[in-house]
Amino acid sequence: MAEVRATAAAPAAKTKPAPTSAVKKAQLEDRVHVWPFLVRNEFICTLIVMVLFTVWSIVINAPLEEPANPANTPNPSKAPWYFLGLQEMLVYFDPWMAGVVLPSLVIVGLMVIPYVDINPKGSGYYTFRERPFAITTFLFGFLILWVTLILLGVFFRGPGWNLFWPWDRWDPHKVVALTNVDLASLDIGGTGLPFKWLGNPKIFGVELIGLTLSVLYLGVLPVVYYLWKKPTSPTLQTLGPVRYAIVVQLFLIMMSLPLKMFLRIAFNIKYVWITPWFNI
Amino acid sequence: MLTRKLKALKRQIVESQVWTSMFRHDYDDTPRNRFLQIMANVWLHLHPPKIRRHAIRVRFTWCMGGITFLLFLVLTITGVVLMFYYRPVGEYAYADMKYLEFDVPFGMLMRNMHRWAAHGMVITVWLHMFRVFMTGSYKSPREFNWVVGVILLTLTLLLSFTGYLLPWDQLSIWAVTVGTNMARATPLLGHEGPFADVVGVTPRYDARAFLLGGSVVGPPTLLRFYVLHCIFLPILASLFMIVHFWRIRKDGGISGPL
Repeated sequence: MAEVRATAAAPAAKTKPAPTSAVKKAQLEDRVHVWPFLVRNEFICTLIVMVLFTVWSIVINAPLEEPANPANTPNPSKAPWYFLGLQEMLVYFDPWMAGVVLPSLVIVGLMVIPYVDINPKGSGYYTFRERPFAITTFLFGFLILWVTLILLGVFFRGPGWNLFWPWDRWDPHKVVALTNVDLASLDIGGTGLPFKWLGNPKIFGVELIGLTLSVLYLGVLPVVYYLWKKPTSPTLQTLGPVRYAIVVQLFLIMMSLPLKMFLRIAFNIKYVWITPWFNI
Repeated sequence: MLTRKLKALKRQIVESQVWTSMFRHDYDDTPRNRFLQIMANVWLHLHPPKIRRHAIRVRFTWCMGGITFLLFLVLTITGVVLMFYYRPVGEYAYADMKYLEFDVPFGMLMRNMHRWAAHGMVITVWLHMFRVFMTGSYKSPREFNWVVGVILLTLTLLLSFTGYLLPWDQLSIWAVTVGTNMARATPLLGHEGPFADVVGVTPRYDARAFLLGGSVVGPPTLLRFYVLHCIFLPILASLFMIVHFWRIRKDGGISGPL
């Protein structure tokens, strides 16, 4: 994390560093009149957008299918396109997670960004070098996990939510073998590895393997990283345990999606952890 | 001769009581008038009279916040026009869509514009967030305005989603069915969610039924989404927009390098 180094010298950024009088003077001199310079931009922009949408609306009609019929379910049934990333997550997580918890955490996660990003640099101008971790994480979340999954849902998902190339015919009878297994009974090459030889121990119906892995992932891993890095990382010292805990939980939960996708694609894992109340 | 008469006529008009009661300053390009043009105009005084040079660069702002607001205005106007012809009732809704398409003058144009501007607004609001993130504009002292922005982003999606049902065709009913099925799985509050039996929610009495006004997407849902779409959410979004714009000024204008 180069950002750790970048913020090393900076104090906790509670407020913006006060501009010196020379800076303030330069700022005042660098001002332009809103009328005409900004209002002109807004006016031209409005014209372009209005012309664009008017032409678009004359040329292309909004879709209207047959009347609503609760007895006739189309296959596939797709949510509005901007929610198809969430619908895509249903392949990898149960609805309570993919449809409720993760979307809520996306909103909460976006809201806490300004309070956990304590890097005072890169405010008000484009820069990657001064905040590589923040930008990489955001781009990964927005472009890969949000936009790409939407494109996948819009263009590559057909009947039965199976994958089709855009030029394929949608075959509603396409058969895809369901070979998914749960992590506790995963058996690579008949060796019993990694977990099957343990015999899936449970306590009160809660799988212990999944419990252990979840605690390791969300609990032990971040604590070990914190204790290991804190002595040498001024960023972690300034961030403090509370903000660090929030950042790391949100980050790990975000990364659980690509992780689960990898487990599904590479090992056909259905659930990592099964309990009597919910499965992950 | 003629120009002199025109000039005299002009003076007569702009010095008349009626004219001066409406327009408090003249239009000559002087620094004072440039200020007054903003400060003495209720629509423009949202702006400061002067602004930092980088803030008018399209390359910096992409105009995305402004375009989002413009599309909201377009949606409000076309939406009100559509409301004159559309009844949110199971028996009539779909027929009114056909009525708009074939009988109402410019009805299809209004509906198209409403549809495409709605999709456009979802995209521009994302791009606006993207730009604000990339310029680090959420950093102190603008943290809270970013939070307001996230709320507005959510409201935009909810506005679009509630509007999606109103055509009452196969596309809308099933998209909304898929979308709201998630609410069934809400932990504690949905009848298929974790700990549902602990709380005792049922298909007829859980978070989804509250949202839909029943256990399936039906006419009560149509009415419910119509009211949310045309009254509740636009008012809520407008209130947050007022805060959003006001905070830009109060937090020192749009962000920029020190």
